[in-house]
Amino acid sequence: MEKKTSKLSILTKGIIKENPNLVLLLGTCPTLATTSSALNGAGMGVSAMAVLICSNIVISLLAKIIPDKVRIPCYIVVIAGFVTVVQFVLQAFVPSLYNSLGLFIPLIVVNCIILGRAEMFASKNNVLDSALDGVGMGIGFTLSLTAIGAVRELIGAGTIFGFALPWLSAHPMMIIALAPGGFFIYACAIAAINFATKGKGVKGSFGCQGCAMASICQQEKCIAELEKGVEA
Amino acid sequence: MSYFTILVGIILVNNYVLAQFLGICPFLGVSKKMDSAVGMGVAVIFVMVLATAATWPIMQILNTLNIAYLQTIVFILIIAALVQFVEMALKKFIPSLHKALGVFLPLITTNCAVLGVCISNIDDGYNYLQSLVNSFGAGVGFLLAMIIFSGMRSKIDDNPAIPKAFQGAPITLVTAALLSLAFMGFGGLV
Repeated sequence: MEKKTSKLSILTKGIIKENPNLVLLLGTCPTLATTSSALNGAGMGVSAMAVLICSNIVISLLAKIIPDKVRIPCYIVVIAGFVTVVQFVLQAFVPSLYNSLGLFIPLIVVNCIILGRAEMFASKNNVLDSALDGVGMGIGFTLSLTAIGAVRELIGAGTIFGFALPWLSAHPMMIIALAPGGFFIYACAIAAINFATKGKGVKGSFGCQGCAMASICQQEKCIAELEKGVEA
Repeated sequence: MSYFTILVGIILVNNYVLAQFLGICPFLGVSKKMDSAVGMGVAVIFVMVLATAATWPIMQILNTLNIAYLQTIVFILIIAALVQFVEMALKKFIPSLHKALGVFLPLITTNCAVLGVCISNIDDGYNYLQSLVNSFGAGVGFLLAMIIFSGMRSKIDDNPAIPKAFQGAPITLVTAALLSLAFMGFGGLV
């Protein structure tokens, strides 16, 4: 074990230093798909945070009981259970959000942030630390989704959280709220972090390193094979 | 709805990667080399059709038992088990195919495009054959996007003219944005 980290740093690292989607570049699918407005982004972030906290707690409690060989399927079942709960809650209390997030609510199951935290953090740490980690990572995820969503909504529709702004709402750039704008604004957000930190800020990269399944699919072999190209 | 309309719609108009943001991880991660992009694309087609073939009948059972809310849990487990079995079967019976696709199979288990296509087939109310066609089309659309994107990346990545802040991940996303913009031209086709 490396040096003991304080509770506060566990909580705060997910927000800025290891922000899951702006620094580690995880969870790209929901980041792009649910940020067409600030409210959708926030809704997705909070839903994922709820699942993340609950699954982190349960998995850290079960970590000693689950046999190592079947741990990933077990984690997936725990996560899928909580996703179903969140699905019910959204459907009952905020049906409009449930409809606009649609397919992406069940897809929280395969969100690599959640499985990644289960594998990398919750299975090795105690309950309190895992819960704090879930809260921190969840807040980081929610904040960045809301921020990207707000920018896209502001430019794409001229509104912010649904409130129309005087000049902007008369001159919206629709494209930013549509699919290409999602890629573009996310690119700009990462580039802005790169610029502000002189290239040291962004730690992740797209590829096997960021994938939650990396630890079971023999990452190095896998990457080596991919670099080499596959001889069919 | 005719099968042709479904195919055109899912490959070009509502392309899974470029219009619906499903399967972004492999799209951005494995598209550096053309060979691996094609391998991944073919593996995704294969798994998508198989997963739909397995999950659609199961959903009918869930519906008759009135436990449709277990969809998420049941589907992800079926997909995970299926991918494992397919990998073992390929290794034993068709080693040449396993050599070509084997590397990609474990990666696909937690690919949101596969779970996504299974769920959206149910949500859209497709019958069995329509579901299979839709899944096949979604896979082909993914392969198409992968091939074009890896071609674009081989020209754009590592170009020294790119501003420093945009090198790496951001330029990949900007490239994807341009490709997505191009695919928007197919809007209204069906």
